[in-house]
Amino acid sequence: MVKEKIGSIEFRVLSPELIKRMSVVKLITSELYDADGYPIEGGLMNLRMGVIEPGLRCRTCGGRVKECPGHFGYIELARPVLHIKYLEFIYSSLRSTCSHCGKICLDEKTLEKLQLKMNIVKKHQGELKSWDVSKEIISKAKNALACPYCGEKRIKIKLKKPYFFYEDKTRITPIDIRERLEKISDSDCELLGVNAVGGRPEWMVLINFPVPPVTVRPSITLESGQKSEDDLTHKLADIVRANQRLAENLNAGAPEIIIEDLWDLLQYHITTFFSNENSQIPPARHKNGRALKTLSERIKSKEGRFRKNLAGKRVNFSARSVISPDSNIKANEVGVPQVMADELTIPERVTSWNIEWLKKMIKNFPQYPCALYVFSPDGRKRKITDESKELLLEELSQGFIVERTIMDGDTVLFNRQPSLHRMSIMAHKVKVLPGNTFRINPLVTEPYNADFDGDDMNLHIPQTEEARAEADELMDVNTQIISPKFGMPTIACKQDHLSGLFILTRKGEMFSKEEAFQLLARAGLNEADLKFDKSGNVSGKEIFSCVLPKDFNYIGKSGLKDEKHEDLTVKIINGKLVSGVIDDKSIGSKKGLMLAEIVKNYDREDVNVYLQRMSLLGIAVLDMKGFTVLSSDSDLPEKTVYEIKDELKQAISKVNKDIESFKKKEMIALPGRTLRETLEQKIINSLNNARNKVGLLVLKNASSDNCSIIMSSSGAKGNVLNLAQMAGCVGQQVLRGFRLKRGYESRVLPHFRKKDLGALPRGFIKHGYKAGLNPTEFFFHGITSRDSQMDTSLRTPTSGYFQRRLINALQDFKVYDDLSVRTSDNHIIQFKSGEDGIDVSKSDAGKIDIDLIIKKVENK
Amino acid sequence: MKIEESEKLLPKSVFDEMKAKIKEYKISSDKTISKITEETIKAYEKSLICPAESIGIISAQSIGEPGTQMTLNTKHFAGVSEMNVTQGLPRIIEIFGARKQSSTPSMKIYIKAPHNNNEKFIRQFSANILETLLKDLSKEINVDLINFRVEIVLDLNEMRNMNVSMEKILKQISLSKIKAEIKEEGDKIYFVSKNNEVNDLFKLKVQASEIFISGIKNITQVLPQKKISEFVILTAGSNLKKILIIPEVDIQRTITNDIFEISNVLGIEAARTAIIEEGMNVFNEQGLSIDVRHLMLMADVMTHDGIVKGIGRYGVSGQKSSVLARASFEVALKHLFSAAVHNEVDELKGVVENIMINQPIPVGTGAYKLKLKEVKKK
Repeated sequence: MVKEKIGSIEFRVLSPELIKRMSVVKLITSELYDADGYPIEGGLMNLRMGVIEPGLRCRTCGGRVKECPGHFGYIELARPVLHIKYLEFIYSSLRSTCSHCGKICLDEKTLEKLQLKMNIVKKHQGELKSWDVSKEIISKAKNALACPYCGEKRIKIKLKKPYFFYEDKTRITPIDIRERLEKISDSDCELLGVNAVGGRPEWMVLINFPVPPVTVRPSITLESGQKSEDDLTHKLADIVRANQRLAENLNAGAPEIIIEDLWDLLQYHITTFFSNENSQIPPARHKNGRALKTLSERIKSKEGRFRKNLAGKRVNFSARSVISPDSNIKANEVGVPQVMADELTIPERVTSWNIEWLKKMIKNFPQYPCALYVFSPDGRKRKITDESKELLLEELSQGFIVERTIMDGDTVLFNRQPSLHRMSIMAHKVKVLPGNTFRINPLVTEPYNADFDGDDMNLHIPQTEEARAEADELMDVNTQIISPKFGMPTIACKQDHLSGLFILTRKGEMFSKEEAFQLLARAGLNEADLKFDKSGNVSGKEIFSCVLPKDFNYIGKSGLKDEKHEDLTVKIINGKLVSGVIDDKSIGSKKGLMLAEIVKNYDREDVNVYLQRMSLLGIAVLDMKGFTVLSSDSDLPEKTVYEIKDELKQAISKVNKDIESFKKKEMIALPGRTLRETLEQKIINSLNNARNKVGLLVLKNASSDNCSIIMSSSGAKGNVLNLAQMAGCVGQQVLRGFRLKRGYESRVLPHFRKKDLGALPRGFIKHGYKAGLNPTEFFFHGITSRDSQMDTSLRTPTSGYFQRRLINALQDFKVYDDLSVRTSDNHIIQFKSGEDGIDVSKSDAGKIDIDLIIKKVENK
Repeated sequence: MKIEESEKLLPKSVFDEMKAKIKEYKISSDKTISKITEETIKAYEKSLICPAESIGIISAQSIGEPGTQMTLNTKHFAGVSEMNVTQGLPRIIEIFGARKQSSTPSMKIYIKAPHNNNEKFIRQFSANILETLLKDLSKEINVDLINFRVEIVLDLNEMRNMNVSMEKILKQISLSKIKAEIKEEGDKIYFVSKNNEVNDLFKLKVQASEIFISGIKNITQVLPQKKISEFVILTAGSNLKKILIIPEVDIQRTITNDIFEISNVLGIEAARTAIIEEGMNVFNEQGLSIDVRHLMLMADVMTHDGIVKGIGRYGVSGQKSSVLARASFEVALKHLFSAAVHNEVDELKGVVENIMINQPIPVGTGAYKLKLKEVKKK
């Protein structure tokens, strides 16, 4: 429960006084420890700045290791030093103000106008935009020749990187800079974009240097007992040392040159303390040559504080393992290995209703469903052991919290990276199983984009009642069946399920009584109302109808290519499949209209059951009938082989004819294209046509029990083209929209004549994969294969970064109570979300299905 | 309920569809119609989005996830060299990143009715709008080192094709501010260099060949295509303003794929529509399905304050009001220090800010609080 909330965070520049005030100690020595290894008073590791060693107490607040947040110290700098990160602001302030009177070098009228403009911009476009006006003021004022107020002649100030300011040829020391900045009035500061409340410009020149607490830069004790200090501590020691030497020389009245050198050294150390990656400043290094990791590097980039620790956090109560399939658990279950279940816990508050049960859990201790820890109301955590068991049992009363192991039915979150959409994390119910892998139903592999070739997935155990309630109501697998991307199912039958159901429901598929009940039993049905024909057989459609909801009605189309086939229309009347064959157009992901219909009309939990029955039935059919990809799937009768050869020969001779007519310039160019381009297009067209014809020839010859064909026509996997490439011909290799052309001089491979435009020399592969490619063809194939490999491996990081940018740009937009979409600071983006207020994941492919409503009303 | 009464309760698209469907099914009985109306309203209310839904993230994911399935390659118009269109992921990034310079600008020009089927007119029109430089009309461009001049031999055939006369060429050369003496001799034009430096001569050659003669700037290629009932002219390069001025052009259908140009010529609403259409095109061409609503939100975010902003550091993400949200994206330090100087206050209203400080995020269930009424015991 949240008791106190942080309302807002304000950013300011630290003033020298504040640095002093928030410090608990002034640091005077660069020594860290004395001879006994004890931190020196006034040293960088002194005990007032926080504790890092267990057992010790903080000298300032008295807290122990995790209680004391650490305390700042400060160094009084002998001479002021510029803060490298504020350099730009210092520069623009110096350039736009008078060195004598400190006023902005613009006459009153212009200034007033700009002030007005700034106020208007601030009011209407926000503070962010008002800084553009500041920039305008600065760019105008820096060109003034003399101060309009005191008449002082202005000399151009130049910033010589990294941190030297010059007025003509004389250097302006940080002391002078500080003096000049002090003269700028608060109201002028406002115009320059520097808010005087948050920070005076002169504060950007340091005179007191804040030293971060030791908790920020803990030292590590090596195995050898030697202490290894943090990079920041090393840098701080440098600063203290440089400062000391400067102070000593100043006191001793050393010559100006020496002082300046030491001053620059101090400037260097302080600069690299803030940021060690400045251009033109050599990075400070360790003795071994490694660059030090200082403040900026701690914050910056992917491995920095923001992205590594603040926007992303580590968690407890999680597990990770390889996944493997199990069709017999529900889609919204996850099989958890016993070893994980032994250790992962859920806190359970002791009440009068569950005290007996929890006592039993404690008693059970070493054996699996048991409690592992007990929290007493005072917050003390105690581990349950064989010894402490009895005592804890006696003590246990209302108000205690018991951490018990996860058990079947507990809600957990399951995730696979990359988490590209919200279905990448869903809530499952625990099912403890033997073995060491997570088990998931193949039905949910689609949303996770998982397969079982070694994929790992993560499990998280929600620890509070609210978290569990939200997971159950909003993240459960059953609530995520329809994708918010396009309003169609993502959790749907796949691969074997589709193949099996396709075989089951196709025309003429009959089963004996024994077979039918065997299949239905596998699908989890104990009884069924089947209609047998005279010979005691039952059709596959009849069997499939058993896994459908009893009062379901649907009319749709199957993916059959044959327009006249009687199974083209899928018709379900009162839960009976009257006609049609079941394929991915009915129950597949993204396309499954029938499934979408079921999801819409029935309880999500029931849909889950129907889906699982369908998938099991599909698998059972395959088990019964046998299903495998055979080498002979891509065998063709001799006659067809001959036809294919003929087809290819014709295509190649047509290409040659075209080339001939091109060479004789008899060819007529297509509008807007050159002759050469016309030729290329003709060649590509005729070669592609040839391959498509080969595909048709292959398809024509395939028998109905060719498993490869079944897979492609049921939408389970692959398409006819794949088969044609295996049995017939691979076809033209295309690289960036053209036939292959680069390689050797005027030819792709040295096996051909130069400037040969024919089909074979330019990447046409006339053999199929099964017959085997000849060497030149193999090279052509290698060219396009590498191209697609490169595409894939370059795409992943590009699309990843694109997604990050998208999410970052849109993350704060949410729907308000009036269904308008607004930003976090209440700017309206859309007056009605999606212009009609419809949630895609609750819609029918983004629409409201009025056809269905009319049918429903008419049927009543 | 009467059908007219539902007009206020349903969004226009749903209402119109319902009306059309009732007509289509030839339903006349008032009772059935009112029943259908009621059912439609019920269905609509059921599919309404929940308040506090983090629609931004859903849309971002819906657009970003298919990105992993897109190709990086640019696809060309089959067989035509150099006339290509950026597609797939690079195009999507270009659209949403609001790149000022489109990598392959292209137009689709439609012609008004009497001319749109006249092949001769279309050919002539295409020739007229094609940007023609001096080098396009010349057979040879030679550097004459003896006389210190550049010799351009004109291609009279090409000149006839492009409908350009000698006078026109000379006029354009004189307009081009080229620093050379120009002599004309039959089909040759000489550019005589004013100083005798060889380097300058070669520079002069480049300058001379780039002289603009006729057509419309930026239209580097034209390709008339026969669509079902009329000719459509596809171009590489785009110049919407100049094309729309031509009287024969059908200004209602002629479009370019350059979103900034649309924003400048036709305004911000047109740019919004263009973003949606262009985005949808890319997804459709890649065979990926995605709901328009996601692209609408995206387009609205990019255009809601009147200028086209991209996503990313210099666009939407860089202009957020929250310091921490900006810092968590890119260039963290710059934002932190400028926040200190300007004394910014982060109100912690966004998502990442609250994640950073371990507080519930203000979207979804986190946007609302539970109110508990304490019942006093009697």
